[in-house]
Amino acid sequence: MSGLDFLTTRLETALGWGRKFSLFHYPFITACCGMEYMSAACAHFDIDRFGAGLTRFSPRQADLLLVVGTVPHKLGPVLRTVYDQMLEPKWVIAFGACAVSGGIYQNYAVVQGIDRIVPVDVYIPGCPPRPEMVLDGLLKLQDKIQHQKQDWRWARKP
Amino acid sequence: MGQETLIEAIRAKLGPAVAGVADSYGDTVLLLRPEAVRSALAALREAPFDYAVLLDLTCVDFAADEARLELVYHLYSLSRNVRLRLKASLPAADPAVETLVGLWKNAEWLEREVFDMFGVRFEGHPYLRRLLTYEGFEGHPLRKSYPWRLGQPRIPLKDDV
Repeated sequence: MSGLDFLTTRLETALGWGRKFSLFHYPFITACCGMEYMSAACAHFDIDRFGAGLTRFSPRQADLLLVVGTVPHKLGPVLRTVYDQMLEPKWVIAFGACAVSGGIYQNYAVVQGIDRIVPVDVYIPGCPPRPEMVLDGLLKLQDKIQHQKQDWRWARKP
Repeated sequence: MGQETLIEAIRAKLGPAVAGVADSYGDTVLLLRPEAVRSALAALREAPFDYAVLLDLTCVDFAADEARLELVYHLYSLSRNVRLRLKASLPAADPAVETLVGLWKNAEWLEREVFDMFGVRFEGHPYLRRLLTYEGFEGHPLRKSYPWRLGQPRIPLKDDV
């Protein structure tokens, strides 16, 4: 049995390594933080260096949801639908102060943090966050993916 | 036309529709009686005043006053390159005023926004429905009587932790 245990651990590591360096992201951009996302995604800062460069404009093909900007209550069901359409395994980054906590908006319109709608893995604060912070958040997420329990097709479910 | 002669000409044209004239940091503000808003603005749209553009139509809620809501109209004359601001006070309970749809096309959405945010009823508007908030939204969020951070989520939200 010990040999099997060893094999499983190695598979987890290999899966984590593969997943953290092939993040297809879906940008859910609603506000001015989108400029910082563009800066981070394009050649100057280039998240492709970390394997997250492939932007998918369908949530069905993505495994990283980037919620960039203010999410008002009017948009709440849309964000939930987009998240539900993504396939497992999937991760969510809250990008910018508004997505993290509602930011400067505490009023009738704005959801006070997208974690009230979808589960969030990494919070990147800032109004807007610098691209360096985005890269740092991405590295934190990669670290999390590497060390989390990997779900895979033939894995034993509890 | 100088400023004084312009105001005199407008008062002569509109007569009792003008409730008063005020000055706001050097800009003239005409105070209108709410029941005469449409006829007054229709007259100002024609020559010689020629205010052909409705730049903006919005509302302010002065919580302390009896006549709380104040409609604000901004007009612009292309031929004379001048602007004019007009205001009309309304009561907070069931505020209503005649629509400007038919005079200016853009009044349709501007009035829908004011209806949405302040609950002002524009009589004669062809499609007076909420513009910015969603179906099922209750109340008018820019009224001072609206609870200042009351959200109305459309899906169940996870509570604060």
